[in-house]
Amino acid sequence: MPAPAPLSPESLGGRITLHSDFMAIRHGLAQLLAMSPLRELSDAGRGTAEIVLAEALNNIVEHAYADCSGEVCVDVTRCDGDILCQIRDHGRPMPGGTPPNGDLLPFDSGDLPEGGFGWFLIRTLARDLSYHRDGAENVLIFRLDAV
Amino acid sequence: MKLVSDQSGELLIITALGDRIDAAGAIQFKEQMRALTEVKCTRVVLDLSSVAFLDSSGLGAVVAAMKSLGPDRRLELSGLTPTVEKVFRLTRMDTVFTIHKSLPDGLRRAV
Repeated sequence: MPAPAPLSPESLGGRITLHSDFMAIRHGLAQLLAMSPLRELSDAGRGTAEIVLAEALNNIVEHAYADCSGEVCVDVTRCDGDILCQIRDHGRPMPGGTPPNGDLLPFDSGDLPEGGFGWFLIRTLARDLSYHRDGAENVLIFRLDAV
Repeated sequence: MKLVSDQSGELLIITALGDRIDAAGAIQFKEQMRALTEVKCTRVVLDLSSVAFLDSSGLGAVVAAMKSLGPDRRLELSGLTPTVEKVFRLTRMDTVFTIHKSLPDGLRRAV
């Protein structure tokens, strides 16, 4: 019987499944950052990954699972020299079937926004963002620079 | 997230002892800031040098803390670590706050 093919570096990655609450997201982020491939990034690269993943995951807790709870599955792998992230949940679909544009609203110091930064940060720091429904699942995929 | 405050005259320095202000801790952070700033002072400086990570909920909580000071007091920030600085810079909130690189002795003696 032939030996199983060795795993290629491209297929190595971290996968975790989290419960949909903010504290579980906090602990899950720490786990992901300590796993390959994120742990091999520079401090700046890990910081960027933590920002984007935190915003995407907290949005799922806040919106997709607003009226219920469930699991969030996060896969982070190396792909074509990038970090490829895939996040799946069983919550409500994105309104309009598409993620928000995340435009930074104009502000003045007399009327500062206290929210609405999340999608702006995701769209600023992530690339090739895509979203689709797969049966009853939301699937969000994006790339991060492997720096 | 634990916050401690140190008042010297009109200057109130609040130091964040935890390492993150995130969605799991943003409400608690806001409540603690509100409680600690209910003293008579003209300047409030929030020392974030121990905070390695802040997400958009944490950013919103810092903005809310500044608003709760009212029109006559501003919230100044000190010691932004690289990821925290990135969030402030990208969202342009770095233009709203006075940001000090660190909390020098001079700042404590300034008032």
